[in-house]
Amino acid sequence: MTADPHGTGQHGVASGGLILPRYERPDGVHPPLNSPEYRSSQLRAPAQPLVPMPQWLTEVTGPLLGAERVTAADSDLTTRHPGEPLGERIIVTGRVLDSGGRPVPDTLVEIWQANSAGRYAHRVDDHPAPLDPNFDGAGRCLTDADGRYRFVTVKPGAYPWRNHLNAWRPAHIHFSLFGRAFTQRLVTQMYFPGDPLFAQDPIFNSVPDPKARERMIARFELSLTEPDWALGFEWDIVLRGPSATVFETQEDA
Amino acid sequence: MSLPITPSQTVGPFLAIVLPWPDGPFVVPEGTAGAITITGQVFDGAGQPVTDALIETWQADPDSRFDHPDDPRGAARPAAAGFRGFGRCPTDASGQYRIVTLRPGSLPCPAGGTEAPHLDVSVFSRGLLDRVVTRIYFPDQAEANAADPVLSAIGDQARRGTLIASAVPGGEPGQFRFDIRLRGDRETVFFDV
Repeated sequence: MTADPHGTGQHGVASGGLILPRYERPDGVHPPLNSPEYRSSQLRAPAQPLVPMPQWLTEVTGPLLGAERVTAADSDLTTRHPGEPLGERIIVTGRVLDSGGRPVPDTLVEIWQANSAGRYAHRVDDHPAPLDPNFDGAGRCLTDADGRYRFVTVKPGAYPWRNHLNAWRPAHIHFSLFGRAFTQRLVTQMYFPGDPLFAQDPIFNSVPDPKARERMIARFELSLTEPDWALGFEWDIVLRGPSATVFETQEDA
Repeated sequence: MSLPITPSQTVGPFLAIVLPWPDGPFVVPEGTAGAITITGQVFDGAGQPVTDALIETWQADPDSRFDHPDDPRGAARPAAAGFRGFGRCPTDASGQYRIVTLRPGSLPCPAGGTEAPHLDVSVFSRGLLDRVVTRIYFPDQAEANAADPVLSAIGDQARRGTLIASAVPGGEPGQFRFDIRLRGDRETVFFDV
């Protein structure tokens, strides 16, 4: 590729090129796509190696979805129905940060989870545990100026699945996060401390580094616990952060 | 300060509880002048449709701009009312998704050169422990595609072709098809971004 002194000028960019943030590549943190012990990966994970892609304009930008996606009621999963859901009422809160330690404000957080009996309000879930007419398991909120999110919900139950004989998922809440750039998009699961089901769960253990696995486990926090009302759990989520702004040279491209 | 990042986990089979939005597939409101439609199916390694996936797209506007402060050319409001840049659609019982959008413009590369019009795509599903990322390019942009540095970096012509949508046969102009094969025969190129 050769330098193109005219190509960028038409977009109003000074000659010399675009100066873009560069997002850390989290080598060794995420699970390998091919994780045979998680059986569903065997037909769905790509067999070919991923092709390295530069982080250019489409990758360093992303949807900044705002308040129009969320109502105040969306962050309390216990008050949207005629009655209260069964189960242990919990508060789940924490901050969305980037790896530089900067809070990610005003970013959409979406969660979904099973009810306290371990059953999802979804037609595909045929686990013979009761549905709860007062619980749909869906939540949304925007982080505040400090990157903080907060949900009120009930503790999800563990549930069996068909991955292997006597397979059970540890209790978890699914989290979907956008950050501010396409490179930061993350979907993950939050687990609860001390769950005896961790050792046999191929999804939890698909993360190769034990320290990284611990970062998916919330912390019980007495100071967040509201007397006579709800247990408090704290869980910070760290997205890939931009390094100091750098000029991408031709070699990098 | 450097914090270690949070690992990814699969979306699992129940993402439809919250992730699909009624207006998700509409990057622009239906009926917007110049709107195009991209439809396709997602297939697994056995050639079976993946009926519980979620497709997300992100792209420049037709004027090659982003309404985003990290674009060093400046954030630009799109000319088309309601253009969001972002699309999101779950796959249905036949593994099919559909996105209604406007054609993105081409983009300047940091060190010179030009990226052909493209959409960045994330695919989420049960069985994928992390999203997989691909790109959609357009079949009627042969010259721009040939000069695109991301496409050109893929040596194998047939693999490169997995990133180029096709015109829907007998379809109206602006109707494109882009199938995604997660694994195996004609596997789509996926990127490490």
